[in-house]
Amino acid sequence: MKIQIQLFKAFFVSGILGFGGGPTIIPLLHKEVVEKYKLMTDDDFSDVLSIGNTLPGPIATKMAGYIGYRIGGFLGLINALFASVMPTVLLIILLLNSLNQFSNSDFINNMSNGVIPIVTVMMGIYAFDFLKKSHKALGLKISAIIFVFSFITIVLFDLHPGIIIGSLLILALALPNKGGKEQ
Amino acid sequence: MIFWELFIAFLIPNLLAYGGGPASIPLIEHEVVDRYEWMTQSEFSEFLALANSLPGPIATKMAGYIGFEVGGISGSIIALFATVAPTLILMITLLNLLQKYRDSPKVMRLSSFVLPAIAVLLITLTFDFAKSSYESNKLIPTILMIVGSYIALEKFKVPSIIVIAAGLLIGGFLL
Repeated sequence: MKIQIQLFKAFFVSGILGFGGGPTIIPLLHKEVVEKYKLMTDDDFSDVLSIGNTLPGPIATKMAGYIGYRIGGFLGLINALFASVMPTVLLIILLLNSLNQFSNSDFINNMSNGVIPIVTVMMGIYAFDFLKKSHKALGLKISAIIFVFSFITIVLFDLHPGIIIGSLLILALALPNKGGKEQ
Repeated sequence: MIFWELFIAFLIPNLLAYGGGPASIPLIEHEVVDRYEWMTQSEFSEFLALANSLPGPIATKMAGYIGFEVGGISGSIIALFATVAPTLILMITLLNLLQKYRDSPKVMRLSSFVLPAIAVLLITLTFDFAKSSYESNKLIPTILMIVGSYIALEKFKVPSIIVIAAGLLIGGFLL
């Protein structure tokens, strides 16, 4: 039981304090799980993180589910996932629904117009981050080829992005091992 | 029916999203706005602004909230399940395999090959949002707000929650 409470606290705190998603949650989680509660060694934590990174999907929940499972079995898995996900989900549902109560007021409607340009900038910053990551992982030439191919198929031919990303994943596995610059 | 659609709408993006939370944003937008039309472009961008400035993983905030709006508490749980469960099940069942191959060039290529495609999607989304701002706010306020928030976020590293709060106030009083 003590372990379950520690798991809950560790994932609750790192989820609630992690502004900026995955990248900010991981160091917080490390501090709680490895340093504060000593639920795992530093090496094991790095291991879980690098295995988690081989799979798609949100890293914070993969860490929560796996660490919870490893330390506290199936109950630990549910417990850690719940602690890392639910507080912020409930927060956003409550916040947005209370805002929507006033959706017939002009002031509130204009308020939401004020955030659209800011989200535009946030998305632009993310886009630039992904360009940088891509350049670092693949080099300029391969990045540019995949970029142009994706642009033509997704933007000009309007194909479902899932088809393109799926094809790229298949290509990544099918190509022989000499292509692609890896770090 | 709606629960099945929610499951699919959140399953596919999260199975393709290599590169963390931001990678799943344009994929989820594609399902939620373009394909199922549960939200308009501007509703999605307003939601994203608030979601981005609150703590916690972005992918689960999107699933939890959109699932709830579309299908109540059950909808929220299903969207969250679709987001979290598949890759977690893979991770737990394939642990030995993943451990063995995690440094193989092919596995590393999986996560790097999709990066340029995600960048294309994010750029497209950026332009869509810029257009949506131009339609609601006209050209000059849009440019001023974009330049101002860029300087605040990138140059002065102002926390996004403060920038969003300022945007809400400017919107309410001036736009």
